[in-house]
Amino acid sequence: MKIMAVCGNGLGSSFMVEMNIKKVLQKINQQAEVTHSDLASAMPDAADLFIMTTDLADSASIPSDKLIVLNSIIDIDELEAKLTDYFNTH
Amino acid sequence: MLSKWLTAETVNIVNAIDNWQTAIDISAIPLLQNGVISSDYLQAIYHLHENIGPYYVLAPGIAMPHARPEEGVNSLGLSLLLVQQGVNFNSSNNDPVYVITLLAAPDSESHLEIIQNLAALFSNADDMNKIFHAKTCNEILNVIKHY
Repeated sequence: MKIMAVCGNGLGSSFMVEMNIKKVLQKINQQAEVTHSDLASAMPDAADLFIMTTDLADSASIPSDKLIVLNSIIDIDELEAKLTDYFNTH
Repeated sequence: MLSKWLTAETVNIVNAIDNWQTAIDISAIPLLQNGVISSDYLQAIYHLHENIGPYYVLAPGIAMPHARPEEGVNSLGLSLLLVQQGVNFNSSNNDPVYVITLLAAPDSESHLEIIQNLAALFSNADDMNKIFHAKTCNEILNVIKHY
């Protein structure tokens, strides 16, 4: 299982999301390899699950079943709820 | 740790601004003056924004504009601009933006400690409210010094 946090250029906000994903995975007891990337490198085959903001998701070509869209990238509660939901349904 | 980067020189407050480009321009003034970035860096941010939307609006009220190291960064740096009335960045959920932290990273690693501390600050709602409602730079710096 590979999770990719995506932002505009793979330097700043995606790293914030990556940190939060790792915290949540530990809390909900799930294993995954977590990376961060820019939008241009986020091809559908590059990971099993992509996490990005609403503003970016409009420009991404990721199928919806491999995509978690966040309103706020620093809201760890939102991330936990959406990741938990993903693991419950996959 | 953030106090090393966010100082009386790099933290500013304005009451109102018409548009997001001007907000980024004003937030960049300290970093242009001390040579951390060149004006190319701002063009890169505008260009990416036009192509893919406001990718650097992180959360309600908070933006962290940044581009790639090779797009005009000379050294590591950070500035903060508070827009007291807020300004729209055409973000679907997170407008208006009050706090703009312009980040300049010279490579893909040296800024990670700044990012970690900014993430801790941004996720503390009480401290962010203090910054959103600050009247003076000192009020902002008093919050920053805890991160």
